[in-house]
Amino acid sequence: MNKNYMVSLIAVIVLFLIAYVGTQQGAGLQLVFGIIIPYLAVILFVVGFIRRVMGWSRSAVPFQITTTCGQQPSLPWFKQAKIDNPSSTFFVIIRMFLEIVCFRSLFRNSRMKLNGGTKLTYQLEIFLWVGALAFHYAFFTVVVRHLRFFTEPVPFFVTLLEKVDSFMRIEVLYDAIQSGLPGVYMSGLVLLAATLYLFLRRVLIPQVRYISLAADFFPLFLIMGIALSGIFMRYFTKVDIVAIKELTMGLVTFRPTIPEGVSGLFYAHMFLVSILLAYFPFSKLMHLAGIFLSPTRNMTGNTRQVRYVNPWNYPVKVHTYDEYEDDFREKMIDAGLPVVKMPEEQP
Amino acid sequence: MADELIKPDELLSQIDHRPSGAGWMDTPLDIRKGMYCYASNPKSVATLGLPYARPWNPLEEDWKLPENWQEIIYEGFRERLEKFRSFKVFMDICVRCGACADKCHFFIGTGDPKNMPVLRAELLRSVYRNDFTTAGKILGRLGGARPMTLDVLKEWWYYLFQCTECRRCSVFCPYGIDTAEITIMGRELLNLLGLNIDWIATPVANCYRTGNHLGIQPHAFKDMLDFFVDEIEEVTGIKVDPPYMQKDADILFITPSGDVFADPGTYTCMGYMLLFHYLKEKYDLNITWSTYASEGGNFGFFTSHETMKRLNSKMYAEAKRLGVKWILGGECGHMWRVITQYMDTMNGPADFLEEPVNPITGTTFENAKSTKMVHIAEFTADLIKHGKLELDPGRNDNQIVTFHDSCNPARGMGLLDEPRYVLENVVNHFYEMPAGTIREQTFCCGSGAGLNAGENMELRMAGGFPRANAVKHVHDNFGVNMLACVCAIDRAAFPASMEYWVPEVDVTGLHELVANALIMPGEKERETDLRGEPLPGMEE
Repeated sequence: MNKNYMVSLIAVIVLFLIAYVGTQQGAGLQLVFGIIIPYLAVILFVVGFIRRVMGWSRSAVPFQITTTCGQQPSLPWFKQAKIDNPSSTFFVIIRMFLEIVCFRSLFRNSRMKLNGGTKLTYQLEIFLWVGALAFHYAFFTVVVRHLRFFTEPVPFFVTLLEKVDSFMRIEVLYDAIQSGLPGVYMSGLVLLAATLYLFLRRVLIPQVRYISLAADFFPLFLIMGIALSGIFMRYFTKVDIVAIKELTMGLVTFRPTIPEGVSGLFYAHMFLVSILLAYFPFSKLMHLAGIFLSPTRNMTGNTRQVRYVNPWNYPVKVHTYDEYEDDFREKMIDAGLPVVKMPEEQP
Repeated sequence: MADELIKPDELLSQIDHRPSGAGWMDTPLDIRKGMYCYASNPKSVATLGLPYARPWNPLEEDWKLPENWQEIIYEGFRERLEKFRSFKVFMDICVRCGACADKCHFFIGTGDPKNMPVLRAELLRSVYRNDFTTAGKILGRLGGARPMTLDVLKEWWYYLFQCTECRRCSVFCPYGIDTAEITIMGRELLNLLGLNIDWIATPVANCYRTGNHLGIQPHAFKDMLDFFVDEIEEVTGIKVDPPYMQKDADILFITPSGDVFADPGTYTCMGYMLLFHYLKEKYDLNITWSTYASEGGNFGFFTSHETMKRLNSKMYAEAKRLGVKWILGGECGHMWRVITQYMDTMNGPADFLEEPVNPITGTTFENAKSTKMVHIAEFTADLIKHGKLELDPGRNDNQIVTFHDSCNPARGMGLLDEPRYVLENVVNHFYEMPAGTIREQTFCCGSGAGLNAGENMELRMAGGFPRANAVKHVHDNFGVNMLACVCAIDRAAFPASMEYWVPEVDVTGLHELVANALIMPGEKERETDLRGEPLPGMEE
């Protein structure tokens, strides 16, 4: 058993149970899990996020260390790789856009194999790219869909996205099981599947297992917990959606209330989301913001064409030509090399 | 040294890319012979005025560190987090997806999990979390944090000198995390405690005083070039006359001193000399050498940003003193990363130089408008394109050539098509290595960033394996017998690596091939190439 993921798994289960039990009849901590913790989480998220980004931007960028992934601008008959070795802000923006929206660098991923112990090959390895894209876009869709709970009236793009998301209908209409009503959102299922994939590769690929920390498993289990509880509420234990919206609208309009009839499962779901928000700024999840500030990607490659200024450039001790000539004058003269100062005549 | 080196098949059989056993934090460090370089000579450290010059031995328990070494590291770390956003962001945002793991030549060649770029960075990140993040302070080991101990320091030293700063991993990282940058910071921190390797420290000290890494004094430098003059005369019947520190020459030429002092780089150096003589005779272009600025390479780059700047200063200083129009740079790897991404920022602006224009063709080198330094592959490509060089590629017909992109010109500059263009015009048989091993995905020679010493030969051979394996592929399929490159470290490192992995393949610089093909005005009928090997059709 791997300690790193067991600890993370147990942590998520315990967190879930705390909220679930804490909001049952008798415990009565609805106020804590329904109002206080969500507010605290959002504050931590916003303040933590801003502080982290401010912290990065306070650090200087002394050199332009672009990773050039293609032909430089050169003589006219060489075709510059304008995106991978950009010369202008415009192409830097395109490069960043493709990086952030399409995960372009990850698309290059290959897998090295040592065949027969002697021959190396590199095959395209697309699964991480597919898994990562599926995960992020599903997550994004789920987040946007949830705006339904925080807006009244619900904006058109949310409804539109819901329609697209539930385009593929799977309906099971037996008396015992009634699934597919309401329409199944693909994003939730894809999110769960992609998270599961990201977890499995952490466990099954020896190299990735070796580098994985508890901090890599914790967010995965947390998101799985969020997705599972959400799916459960939507399709299986029909929750009181009207009451829930009353609660969420209360939060967002700063008139928080705890309506009757909101189930413990919802509080547990919201608690895990709160944990995710609060955890976000202090974790690797900040790659969301960090990618924008990555100096190897967000700068131009034309450093020979346009001078870049280092804000803390300082003078250093150098060995000047005069010192050099003083060291070697006689030898230089003997070798017939030009010197600036001739040696003084012996008296 | 060579007889102790393990055989290639043994080396391959010991590679296991599946890490196992205890977690990496619990795997004790084993400083293994053949994998590390000797400690810096205190004299060299003192020459540069760098701190804590002392004799020490990596294999001994006591590294004779200053009393407050932990404080020095902590303060140094903090300072660099503020001065380099790259460092801070790269410490924070890695998600350990593992995309970089099998992209590193040292991991491929050794199977040592701490050579996965992500883990090399985690060696520092674990300490960063412990010292500079709230989560790390609270969660400790569970949060991937660990305190800075002597063992951690030794681990840093061992693995930061098993990285050649080639940046291949940064091409594949979805956030552009550049392990070179992390290694550079780590080595700076180690240098605060006087923990350099001698293969870097001594060349740096030499370069500072004599102008080049090998510590060759001006008269000896000229001796070497004089020797080449004789060699060239023997092959071509032409006596070239390279000018030294000629005031008001058109162009100052700077190349790594490796080209002047080590085979097969010396043939490339003869290539430059022939080309410059040709341009002087035909077009009256004056290109001067300097013994003061006689080093293009910059091992200061492998020590600290400050040391890099101190060594690099000579290029502009000498160009200014001589009053040349612009600077031409020879074939070198990391030299061109320094010139491209650091020089102008550190030691510029070079407003005393002119925007580089090739007076023979009239071409303006727009891409070097600010640095005023042109790569010789760009320069020669321009000459060829305009038909200014009379070439007989047939004279290279015994060579079946492949081209190795050097890490830094590829990923820190983007010089990819220029050398290929030159190559295609001076040889008739040119074959590319497989995609995924060339251009921006090129593999390091395994000996860059100051690691081309003798005592770490096993490491170098292991690190050189991916490149050599791709060479072997084109050797087996197309009969390639010559590996061309535009880097002096390559030319110093590949002969050993080829002999070890693909003994049938030899190593050359680009301009050696240019000079073999170049028809000099008034030359005698050439019977041999610059190496004294018979030309095609001239064999007995």
